Amino acid sequence: MHTFEFVRANDPALAVAITSQAKTAQQGADMRFVAGGTTLLDLMKLNVEQPAKLVDVNGLPLDKIERTADGGLKIGATMRNADLAHHADVQRDYPVLSQAILQGASAQIRNMATTAGNLLQRTRCMFFRDTAMPCNKREPGSGCPAIGGGNRMLAILGTSEQCIASNPSDMNVAMAALEAVVHIRGAKGERDVAIGEFHVLPGNTPSRENVLEPGDLITHVTLPAAAKGSKSIYLKLRDRTSYEFALASAAVIVNVADGRFERVRIAMGGVGTKPWRMPEAEAALVGQAVGDEAVMRRAAEAGLKDARPQSENGFKVELAKRCLVYALKQATQNA
Amino acid sequence: MSNEETVSGGLSRRAFLSSAGAAGVVSAIEGRIVMAQENGVKTASAVRTPEAGGGAGIVAVTLRVNGKEQKVRIDPRASLLDCLRESVGLTGTKKGCDHGQCGACTVHVNGRRVLSCLSLAMMHEGDEVTTIEGIGQPGNLHAVQAAFVAHDAYQCGYCTSGQIMSGVALLKEPCGPADADVKELMSGNICRCGAYPNIVAAIQQVRKGA
Ligand SMILES: Cc1cc2nc3c(=O)[nH]c(=O)nc-3n(C[C@H](O)[C@H](O)[C@H](O)COP(=O)(O)OP(=O)(O)OC[C@H]3O[C@@H](n4cnc5c(N)ncnc54)[C@H](O)[C@@H]3O)c2cc1C
Ligand code: FES
Ligand code: FES
Repeated sequence: MHTFEFVRANDPALAVAITSQAKTAQQGADMRFVAGGTTLLDLMKLNVEQPAKLVDVNGLPLDKIERTADGGLKIGATMRNADLAHHADVQRDYPVLSQAILQGASAQIRNMATTAGNLLQRTRCMFFRDTAMPCNKREPGSGCPAIGGGNRMLAILGTSEQCIASNPSDMNVAMAALEAVVHIRGAKGERDVAIGEFHVLPGNTPSRENVLEPGDLITHVTLPAAAKGSKSIYLKLRDRTSYEFALASAAVIVNVADGRFERVRIAMGGVGTKPWRMPEAEAALVGQAVGDEAVMRRAAEAGLKDARPQSENGFKVELAKRCLVYALKQATQNA
Repeated sequence: MSNEETVSGGLSRRAFLSSAGAAGVVSAIEGRIVMAQENGVKTASAVRTPEAGGGAGIVAVTLRVNGKEQKVRIDPRASLLDCLRESVGLTGTKKGCDHGQCGACTVHVNGRRVLSCLSLAMMHEGDEVTTIEGIGQPGNLHAVQAAFVAHDAYQCGYCTSGQIMSGVALLKEPCGPADADVKELMSGNICRCGAYPNIVAAIQQVRKGA
């Protein structure tokens, strides 16, 4: 690990002022905020991250959760994943978020991981994590050995010729289905970014993973008011029943009226280069009768129609479809 | 910057003391540190030595471990795990993977279980850190420790302190009654020897107050 300067910031303005001097907020950043440290320190030990300056955000007053005026929820950036998942309001109004978090990582890691840190967790692609290997995300232009092998865990949606790394987060998938908004305080003031626009596709610049610029501090995430009468579920399929990343996962939120899908929100994890919202699958369900397997299968086909499997993850296409159908069945069972 | 304090290191690299409680073993690489207190911001700046081209300095950190104050001088890069083992001299906490994947390094910070390998020691000034040495001692075992002995919940013992720290924390966490609930909440602690059934039995015995 390279050495670094360490600053404990107790004021968001100061955290922003310091990191505004950074060259980039993307891969290769010379300055990093540190929250739980469970992504950053892991990657610093591997020399994948080499910040010369760390700004500790744990002393910032951003660890609260509050109701918003419109009945939604405001979740502080440094709130621990465990506290968020066990919060009574989250369990009552946004159970899909609680389930997604509790199916991720381990109890110890959830006690450390924060809202913002989880949003920004990095891919688990083994080539990205190994500095002895080429990787376009880590070292632009060096190539992508995962295209051609070692890609079982990687993405089938949103990939490019440059990068097929998957976004490994469970929380992000629930956030995508819940249409969360990320609130950022930066050098030029504050701005809000919809979760769907927060992460970006790899395209020709896989080292850029999100919209953050130097100085940008995530202060909180808001959730709109929960859809009244909705049913939801987070279903995660993986190689082990616990402490393992998703091969495919689905966050499904449905409202049913008169036996038909009225409102549907679907996002999938483990399959995309970013948390993968599926508007085509949602559209294929709205107005259709619940309990009709063929309808759900058609929705899954629509959601996965652009899937581009790699040499070792072709199974994910069918797995993801079945994952979505099963999640829809579960969510509508008692609807 | 105000309150500058410059220290030149010249101490032996790693005087490893296994006797528990030997405090204040300093691990230092030649270097210089600058501590500054400015507008409520604390900066510990480790300046690289030109010779080493990436060497490090040391920082003075005060930790509270098992109820006792520990003043240590550490490399700013030191994980809480390395600091506990090498600077504070508490070697009960183990290093398995050093990457958050095994749970051997589990300790409690302010009563909650965390992975000491993925946390900088420097970030824990003011926190209450509890290690396996603070949970119970020979002759005065914690109920979970005693249950591990009674149920033979280990073979080589390497993962055991982490398992026990997780088990003790679990008693206060939301957890369903079934073995499956315990397994889920203990999944962050890997046991290469496969003592899992006995670990679950030991924890369940304590939870059921048997
Ligand atoms: C063994 C292991 C297994 C795991 N399994 C899973 C799993 O199954 N599912 C899952 O979803 N996750 C899993 N994780 C990942 C874990 O959820 C993340 O590491 C965690 O959420 C990151 O949060 P953190 O607070 O520790 O982030 P940090 O490591 O502190 O930070 C991560 C990034 O976010 C930036 N950052 C932090 N706070 C802010 C802020 N306020 N504003 C701007 N930038 C900020 C940092 O600069 C850094 O770049 C696993 C991790 C490990 C080590
Ligand atoms: S040593 Fe910390 S989790 Fe393995
Ligand atoms: S007892 Fe040997 S690793 Fe668990």
